Amino acid sequence: MLTSTLLLSNQLPTLQYSSTPERFDETWEAPLATLLGLGRAAGADFIELFLERRNYISCLAEDDSITSISPSLSTGAGVRVFRGKADCYVSTNDLSFSGLKAALEKGLSILGLQLPTPKAFIPEINLELLRDYATKRGKDAWLPVCSSIREMGEVLLDGTANLKQKASHVQSRRATYFRDWQEVLIASSDGTFARDIRLTQSVGFNLLCADGANRASIGERAGNTSDANFLRTWDSQQAAEKIAESAGKMLYADYVESGTYPIIMANHFGGVIFHEACGHLLETTQIERNTTPFADKKGEKIAHESLTAWDEGRSENAFGTIDMDDEGMPAQRTLLIEKGVLKNFLADRTGSARTGHPRTGSGRRQNYTFAAASRMRNTYIDSGEYSIDDLFTSVDKGIYCKKMGGGSVGATGQFNFSVDEAYLIENGKITKPLKGAILIGEAKEIMNKISMCSQDLEIAPGFCGSVSGSIYTTVGQPHIKVDSITVGGR
Amino acid sequence: MPNINEIANSAKDNADKLGIKKFDIYGSTVDDTSVQVDQGEPKQVKASNRSGVTVRVWNEDNTMGVTSTTDVDPKGLELALKTAYEASFFGVKENVPDFSPEATAPIANKPQDKTPQAPVAELIERLLVAEKELLAAHPAIKGVPYNGLSQRDIDRFYLNSDGAVRTESHSLASVYLYSKTEEEGKKPRSAGAFRINHSLDNLDINGCIKETADKTISHLNYEKIKTGKYRVVFSPEAFLSLLGGFSNLFNAQSILDNQSLSTADDLGKEIASPLLWVFDDALHPANVGAESFDGEGTPTRQVSLIENGVLTSFLHSAGTAKRFNTQPTGNASIGAKVSVSPNFYHVFSTATPEEELSLETAENVIFIDDLQALHAGVKALQGSFSLPFDGWLVNKGVKTSIESATVAGDFLEVLKSIIYVEKEPELTPGGVCPKIWVNELSITGE
Repeated sequence: MLTSTLLLSNQLPTLQYSSTPERFDETWEAPLATLLGLGRAAGADFIELFLERRNYISCLAEDDSITSISPSLSTGAGVRVFRGKADCYVSTNDLSFSGLKAALEKGLSILGLQLPTPKAFIPEINLELLRDYATKRGKDAWLPVCSSIREMGEVLLDGTANLKQKASHVQSRRATYFRDWQEVLIASSDGTFARDIRLTQSVGFNLLCADGANRASIGERAGNTSDANFLRTWDSQQAAEKIAESAGKMLYADYVESGTYPIIMANHFGGVIFHEACGHLLETTQIERNTTPFADKKGEKIAHESLTAWDEGRSENAFGTIDMDDEGMPAQRTLLIEKGVLKNFLADRTGSARTGHPRTGSGRRQNYTFAAASRMRNTYIDSGEYSIDDLFTSVDKGIYCKKMGGGSVGATGQFNFSVDEAYLIENGKITKPLKGAILIGEAKEIMNKISMCSQDLEIAPGFCGSVSGSIYTTVGQPHIKVDSITVGGR
Repeated sequence: MPNINEIANSAKDNADKLGIKKFDIYGSTVDDTSVQVDQGEPKQVKASNRSGVTVRVWNEDNTMGVTSTTDVDPKGLELALKTAYEASFFGVKENVPDFSPEATAPIANKPQDKTPQAPVAELIERLLVAEKELLAAHPAIKGVPYNGLSQRDIDRFYLNSDGAVRTESHSLASVYLYSKTEEEGKKPRSAGAFRINHSLDNLDINGCIKETADKTISHLNYEKIKTGKYRVVFSPEAFLSLLGGFSNLFNAQSILDNQSLSTADDLGKEIASPLLWVFDDALHPANVGAESFDGEGTPTRQVSLIENGVLTSFLHSAGTAKRFNTQPTGNASIGAKVSVSPNFYHVFSTATPEEELSLETAENVIFIDDLQALHAGVKALQGSFSLPFDGWLVNKGVKTSIESATVAGDFLEVLKSIIYVEKEPELTPGGVCPKIWVNELSITGE
């Protein structure tokens, strides 16, 4: 055990640490503090160690059989070293002291730093008392409470049976579930020392219906963090009804006629419009790359005055909820836009250092193979003052985008996203189903065209891909009206 | 970190120790380094040395379970085998996956071995030069927001309790550059390019710089395009993106799952223009990432998918091949439910077209260079797509960049509407392919 901060460099190979192998607890303080000290002694400006353990399982039911049960176990660590403006990220599967030291040495050497001479003193970094969000909230008990393999199978088969009952012209029925249990420990040379457990679960349906040449495929997914009983509380009957109804309507839908339309976008997953058109562009990662038109607009009006938007990590059990980010900072509630005026950006540690915007607990990553970057958590447009009727009656001819697919935003601020379920609006009324629509636009322009927000905010789970991998996020909004947008179709 | 042979031996020892009689294991280790730069400075260097294995275990009732793990020390492997054994009791009862009948077949052409990795300082230096040259290519190019130069060593193995043992190693180096313009009173424009090869020394960085610069500059003068129907020319990369988006056409597992645009009876059916030939050819000489065996140990090979427009075969795992009464094709990934995917497309034509077409002489055709948002705009089970794209309106060789437009259609109709397959193939990350001309598609602009 390390007993003194007066450690000599040549003593490192003889050190014996006894960290708890099955749990990230206080026993990791000494080896991590030593490694951080070693990095600082070598000349690094800042070092961060991210340790991760994951227990993942997915289950797939197809028609009336369970066709896949796939457990996956992983452990790994990422070492990030900063020197001046440059930084280096090294990842490894080896969590032994020598394995972590080898990764640190590689990171140091890449940045041109040399290990101290054998007789040099290695200062131990004084880490804070372990901030243990897992113990504080009883998260260590979560994993054993989660559904067993047998229970997963029963729930999913019950789900596909419900689909069979509710839908017509069914070609294939699928129910999918995954449970992702993740334990993380973060220690950095500024004294950060924090642990957390995240439990993310998702369950959903994919339904393919076909009648001659007419085909409709629809998916629907529910997601949750922090509730070990989530799968037991999933209402598969209601979910089956909803997806069967959507598929039935879209099976015989006409292709949308392309053009420029006013649109009304439903709440829930409709929030993907804000996620793509604006959310990504408020990440400091985008400021660093000069790929956001909003970089110098803080305090200025960038959106219609009807629009207020938040990004936060604290919504109870929402898919993007985190107690702390992947840099050990407590998650906070961040006001992004207030009545059209840009208030804040989303900043991780590096983004904050490089752009000057304060950290917001937004440093996130898919796993230990990625360095953290500024990423969204639960992101939504806040409720407005209008009723849904107000929105519809304001549209003579337009499109109701009831269910959104995925989307993306490019380096110039151009965004796009697809619509899985759409309807024509004529004289304020929904008249017929439409398919094949994709919406494209430019962030700067569209934000001023979101002119009406109703009062029915709802959020929905989603997966967000960016520089630090694929992460769990929430999108959300009330029903909104976009005055005009380009709709691609046939 | 244990090496690939140690992992393989340890996994086998653990299986024996646990009394697991039937198992197979696929694993890999990856050692990679990548660098990024920003305005003349190194931005981030990433290095990773990671391993992972997937084990499949058959129990006494011959049902199968699977587990993946990155814990490749003996304890981690033991836990993975135990977990797979426990999961095996919940495995499928019908059509249980089994060893590939070709897992011990000899492999004739093994791809080349690893090449030495270059020092990180050299990677940074070369990328800094590339960024500098790109910024100097035109005054409007103000940044290269996305860039990267990487090198990677990959070791893979497959073994099973029937004595199959396969290992292979190879190296890859790749570069991508994506530049962005800023001009007073104009919208920012961007474009990028990518190159891959076995080693840094053989990597065509200059070609990547030139392609990125040429494309970015060509988008400076842009215009809206009128919505309507246009003759469309797909770049090799765009066509292969679309083909990849609808790869369920050739996927035997998707067909068995009723998740395909094809059915088992479609072999021999004309699904495309007679001009079109499509092979999946993992061992094509241009495939620098070629792998000689798949996740089940089956040797990879050339598979003819479309000949003269006729659907000729599907891509198979060991399990789908058995159910189709044919041979596996080397396209499987190991798993509880074995998935099938293409390796490397080779698209070409042997037919003589009715007329030679050229972008130098054609009038008002849309040349689509890059399709975007395929994850959102491709409806793989419906056959339809609606996608934003980067491209140009080409009129007698004069290219005008198109601002913000989408292309939409039905993929099966696209295959039938191919009117010309150019002769010169180009190498892309997904395969080799020439430009493909399609008679008419819906374009949405203004």
